[in-house]
Amino acid sequence: MLRYIIAFIMLALPATAEEVVLGLSKDEVAITTSFDGSDVLIFGAVKREAPIPEGDPLEVIITVSGPSEAVTVRRKEKRFGIWVNVDAVEIDEAPSFYAVATSAPLRDVLNDVEDLRYKISVPRAIRSVGAPMAVQDAGAFTQAIIRIRTKSDAYQLLENGVSVDAQTLFQTSIQLPAALTEGEYKTRIFLTRSGKVISNYETSIDVRKIGLERWLFTMSRENSLLYGLMSLAIAIAAGWGASAIFRVFRL
Amino acid sequence: MQIYLPIAEISVNAFLLLGLGGIVGILSGMFGVGGGFLMTPLLFFIGIPPAVAVATEANQIVASSFSGVLAHFKRKTVDLRMGTVLLIGGLVGAALGVVVFNYLKAQGQVDLLVKLCYVIFLGVIGGLMFIESLNAIRKTSKGATPKRKKHNWIHGLPFKMRFRVSGLYISVIPPLIVGVLVGILAAIMGVGGGYIMVPAMIYLLGMPTKVVVGTSLFQIIFVTAFTTMLHATTNFTVDIVLAVLLLVGGVFGAQIGTRIGVKMKAEQLRILLAIMVLAVCGKLAFDLLVMPFDVFSIAAGGH
Repeated sequence: MLRYIIAFIMLALPATAEEVVLGLSKDEVAITTSFDGSDVLIFGAVKREAPIPEGDPLEVIITVSGPSEAVTVRRKEKRFGIWVNVDAVEIDEAPSFYAVATSAPLRDVLNDVEDLRYKISVPRAIRSVGAPMAVQDAGAFTQAIIRIRTKSDAYQLLENGVSVDAQTLFQTSIQLPAALTEGEYKTRIFLTRSGKVISNYETSIDVRKIGLERWLFTMSRENSLLYGLMSLAIAIAAGWGASAIFRVFRL
Repeated sequence: MQIYLPIAEISVNAFLLLGLGGIVGILSGMFGVGGGFLMTPLLFFIGIPPAVAVATEANQIVASSFSGVLAHFKRKTVDLRMGTVLLIGGLVGAALGVVVFNYLKAQGQVDLLVKLCYVIFLGVIGGLMFIESLNAIRKTSKGATPKRKKHNWIHGLPFKMRFRVSGLYISVIPPLIVGVLVGILAAIMGVGGGYIMVPAMIYLLGMPTKVVVGTSLFQIIFVTAFTTMLHATTNFTVDIVLAVLLLVGGVFGAQIGTRIGVKMKAEQLRILLAIMVLAVCGKLAFDLLVMPFDVFSIAAGGH
């Protein structure tokens, strides 16, 4: 038995000499009624048993991704003088939020093979399997979703956003926008040298609605009939209230 | 002041929503329309997901219509009997409309068809109304007496009923048919249908403009309440926080709108409504004809 445990520990230990020790300014983001975006500070250190290796310096990549969902991207074209949706591509998985922060330009710190393997850059984080045969330039649809979401700060590429001190201490700040979906926000840290990932670490930030927000959301899902009736009751009461106020003041 | 909306999952400025609700409420009280046509695109613009915008708006319209109809009740400008007949027709129409909508959806391109219908429909109604009320204003300014209601084939139909508030003694068939048609259109287009109902009551049924507004509001309450429940229980897209912010502005706006409407002449009210109908029509036509800002659009969910 003991032998297996030792073997397991040996396997579990990273093969590399450098590994990440991480801290988060918060591992929970609470969405309250007055929620207006949030900054998360991600910081950590590199633990190593041996001296710093020679050669290219250590680089750090940090990604934060929100819950993924399927989306449909549609394209309009002019037909008979009017603009119509002509084709659509279904993207199987697109994170609702995705930020990549790097310690140097992304091209320099990560090569394509590693990007493909770990799905780090924004286009790689989006998964699209089957575009219909009729659509020839399926890539344009993926670019469109990146363009639209980058504009609303849902997708962020922060090159040089991570500061690294003496190849040991690193930190970055990720800004979560006000329009935030709740769920687990997967946070990954990659250490790279000459474009190769030498160590990675994963944790998550929990984004949750609390208080009134939580109560209303749960009620709308689990007690939808009551929720609907409550909405109507509020509407009728407000309508009557305004009428009564105007009557009292004889406006 | 920013407020996070629990269902829409977005943070918005509370005062902006109060203001929007107020403007739409004024229109609602003045013209007897729900205002969904105006509010929906505005909410999209702020970044509210379309499904949430449409559902929540139905709830807000319940509030502003209720506020407006109370003000009209006080002035005795609601024809309850006519409203009920129209409502019965409307509910039958809405059920038919859902069937038609599903059929069109199976054929694809339902959005386009709806928009094209809308442009043609609103263009014709708005245009005719504009010309008619312009002529009426010219005539009254020349001092001519407004012409009496004409007798036409509608008065020859059976099942006559007396609508005392409207001063009509007509068959129930035309109001029922109008109700059914508006119900169908409302279900297909996802709007309350006030825009089509109001001109239909004025021109097809010959009701006095003042009574039309209150009566239209009366039946809109029921249609939108039904829509709200449908959305809340099937799609879970009614955002109560958003609704409250919009309806606080809306209910006060409706009271103000009603008071403005009562002070105006019938033909002035009609011409303003015609201009608004034409503006909506123009906006829709513009969207179809002019190259969109981004030819790509994102919708949540797969098939």
